[in-house]
Formats: sequence, C-alpha cells, structure tokens
Amino acid sequence: MSSTGDPILVIPCSGIGKTFGSVSREAAYEVCDRLRPGATRLLALSKLVLGDEEAHELVHSRRTVTIDGCKLMCAAKLVEMSGGTILRQVAVLDLYREHKDLKPEGIAELNEAGKQLAGVIAVEIARTIDATAGEAEARHG
Amino acid sequence: MASLPERKVGIVACSGEELAEGTVTRLAALKVLHELRKGRTVTICLPLFLAGGEGDRAFARFFPTITVDGCGLRCAARGTEMYSGKPTASVVVSDLVEEAGLPAPAGRRCLDAAGRQAVDVTATRVAELVDRILAPAADEGVPGPEPLTDRPVPLTLRVKR
Repeated sequence: MSSTGDPILVIPCSGIGKTFGSVSREAAYEVCDRLRPGATRLLALSKLVLGDEEAHELVHSRRTVTIDGCKLMCAAKLVEMSGGTILRQVAVLDLYREHKDLKPEGIAELNEAGKQLAGVIAVEIARTIDATAGEAEARHG
Repeated sequence: MASLPERKVGIVACSGEELAEGTVTRLAALKVLHELRKGRTVTICLPLFLAGGEGDRAFARFFPTITVDGCGLRCAARGTEMYSGKPTASVVVSDLVEEAGLPAPAGRRCLDAAGRQAVDVTATRVAELVDRILAPAADEGVPGPEPLTDRPVPLTLRVKR
C-alpha cells in the first residue's frame, strides 16, 4: 500500500562500469539533495538485492522512482520483485535519445554533458513528483 | 592445445548510494579496474545477480571475486554469497578507515579529502588481494587470502519476490 504523504523513494541502478550508470546516480543525487530534498528519499539498490527488511518495508509502503542506466533495468526489476509501486520508471537511454547533444562520457567523473543530462533527468523526475503532490492535494481538497 | 580463458578477478562493490562509504567502494573498484590492476580485473554490478541472467550469477562460481562494502551491512559480500558464490575475499570500507586511523568519509555525491584518502586505501588493499589471488601459488592449491572480516554471514535473510 502506498501512502501519498511520505517522501518518494528514488532508486538509481548502481551501474558501476558504464557511463549511463553514473548518469543515473548523478540524477538521483540531484533530485534528492538539491531539487526536492524534503519530498524524496534515496534508497541504495544493494539493500534490495540483499533482502534487507527495512528496505523492503520502505518499498512496500512508499512510491518509487527508479532510474536505470541500461536496458537490463535492474532498479525497476528489483522494485517490482520486491512488490513495490513504481511511480515513474526512468531509462537514461530514452532521455538521452531526446537530448543527443548531451553525450555523457566518463565513469568515475562524468563530463559536463553527462552532468547536464543528469540535470535534465532530475528535472523530469521533480516534475513527476510535483504533479503527484498536486493530485494528492486536489484529492484532499 | 586448447587455451583456457584468462583468469581475472571480479570486483563487486556495494555502490551504496546512501552513504559516502558507498561512493568510496565504487570509486575504489573503478581505480583498481582502470589504473591499479588494469586487464586483470572486471567489475560486476551487484543487482545483476538478481536482475540479470544466469551468466551473471554463475560468474562467482567460476572466477574469484573480491567484494567491497561500505558498511557493516555487507550487502555485496552477503548478496554475492546468496546468489552466486562465496567471495574469495572481502573488504569493508568503514573497517579499513578505522584501521588506517582516517576520519570518516563525507560527501556521498562528491567525496571530501577523507573520502578520497579512503578510496586510495581501499583500492590499494583490493589491488594487493588481486595479486595474492592471481599469484601462481593460488593456482597450485595453496589457499587464497583469508577474508579480511571474520563476521559470520547470516543466510537466513529472505528476499520477497
């Protein structure tokens, strides 16, 4: 059961060896640390892999935004396997196709275009969060 | 004569996004992969054990692995053991930081100076373990390195599907 008042979970994919994994992580930090810090909570995907009880509890009780760097969609799959509700499933590659000028490079340290792409993704996610909050307010009058 | 696949060590970092120590694991793994032991190591995304195919799960059954965890939850070590095979060695950043007398790392998005030092210490330790694992003696039945932590690995955790 998802409650609308709690912070929304943001789970990036943890992709370690690829640039798009780094973009997913950077986008998650941008949303959770800068754009919507009060409305979101970052959750480490590794806890879901382990089957951590607290992480499962969180995923069951709150809505989640997943951000994946490759087509394997590890974050989205693991949230689904854990019985969570996905508010928005972001595929970095899809958003990159819409912003081909922002070609990310680098893994440990993203280039400027990669950081900008992460920023674009973070803004998209913030919009989704705002829209959801607006709907909840409208419902509660 | 048939050639055997080149022996490499898989590095599984927890990548814990919530903590600065998680960022340390990720950057240390990348430093070993790209700089310290280039060509002798590969990295494996921990979530692939569950979300990927059998190939990912099979990796640790055939190749040696070193897990790099940020905190005492030891998600990488326990997750690797649960879904693939027992890691050959494991390190925990918070333990290494304490052992080296370093301040706790801070800045999960952008590490502070202590965090960068922790990356160096962790990467150096992992590189040493790679060398010990790939040393010729290890192929001749001599036991590999002892795990750096001797905490029991609980296997009673349940993953809800």
